[in-house]
Amino acid sequence: MSKMAILGKKLGMTQIFSTDGNRVPVTVVEAGPCVVLAIRTPELNGYSALQLAFDDQKPQRVNKPDAGQFKKINVGPKRFIHEVRVDAETAAKYTVGQTLSAADLFRVGDPIDVTGISKGKGFQGVIKRHHFVGAQTVTHGTHEYFRHGGSIGCRMTPGRVHLGKRMAGQMGNERVTVQNLKIAAIRPEENIVLVQGGIPGSVNAYVTISFAAKKVLYL
Amino acid sequence: MTNMNRKVAQIGSEYLRTDLPTFRVGDTIRVHVKVKEGTRERVQVFEGVVIAFHRAGIGSTFTVRKISYGVGVERVFPMHSPVIEKVEIGMQGRVRQARLYYLRALRGRAARIREKSRTLVNG
Repeated sequence: MSKMAILGKKLGMTQIFSTDGNRVPVTVVEAGPCVVLAIRTPELNGYSALQLAFDDQKPQRVNKPDAGQFKKINVGPKRFIHEVRVDAETAAKYTVGQTLSAADLFRVGDPIDVTGISKGKGFQGVIKRHHFVGAQTVTHGTHEYFRHGGSIGCRMTPGRVHLGKRMAGQMGNERVTVQNLKIAAIRPEENIVLVQGGIPGSVNAYVTISFAAKKVLYL
Repeated sequence: MTNMNRKVAQIGSEYLRTDLPTFRVGDTIRVHVKVKEGTRERVQVFEGVVIAFHRAGIGSTFTVRKISYGVGVERVFPMHSPVIEKVEIGMQGRVRQARLYYLRALRGRAARIREKSRTLVNG
């Protein structure tokens, strides 16, 4: 079960200086305020989760079913709606319509995971996509095979290409989670979280910041 | 930089240092750097010629070159780092290039930099 998370928007990267004078590369994320739009319960939905909504949207840009949802809990239309899977006890701590901000959830130094949609690279060959090395020689008669991946399998046995064989294809524009990042600073009044290191996606991309799945929390 | 989000730019600019004196490429400067040795902190001085600026907002750096025991040593300082305690400006040099990488190929007298004439500084 994933841990509690908040929705945010990647604003860009910069650097700050730590107290001991080191340069710290940070990603600036506008995290929250998020509205709890709905709570999924095992009884009603078969699983427990919080449905969060983030970032204001013009009323004419939301569809009618969503608009109805926003109207029901009396908040303005939001652009990014995302469910966060949490266990039933955690979900019970929140109420529909409640506003969540990053400062309520996180503290400086907390280990976090950040999930987002990575930048699309299009259809890429094996050298860029899987770090193949390509032809190691351009002599000995090699021609037109400088960036190929070489053989893709055996002969009559097994007579097919192994499942999962790394080949050329779409690269990027997929859901990526970067684990065990750290919160470098929080600015509650601006709803800004500075995450140490890089996170997936382009500037203005939506991301989910959650407590690190592989770190034990002291909470 | 031009497309940088306003908030991102603002966060970076809060860490900018405005207390350092303005020096230019070709100047001989003394950079006082805080060095941590275990628990003790002391100040080390690096004296040399500024050979380059890398201007990038909060990420700006400058490069100082000196000859130490016959070996050329270059050190790149983050311009806005709190590690820099102070900068003293010595001779102000008159140079015609923005980056003095040609000094790397030169030794001794050939590597000298002409001093800026006083009238130029005042006028």
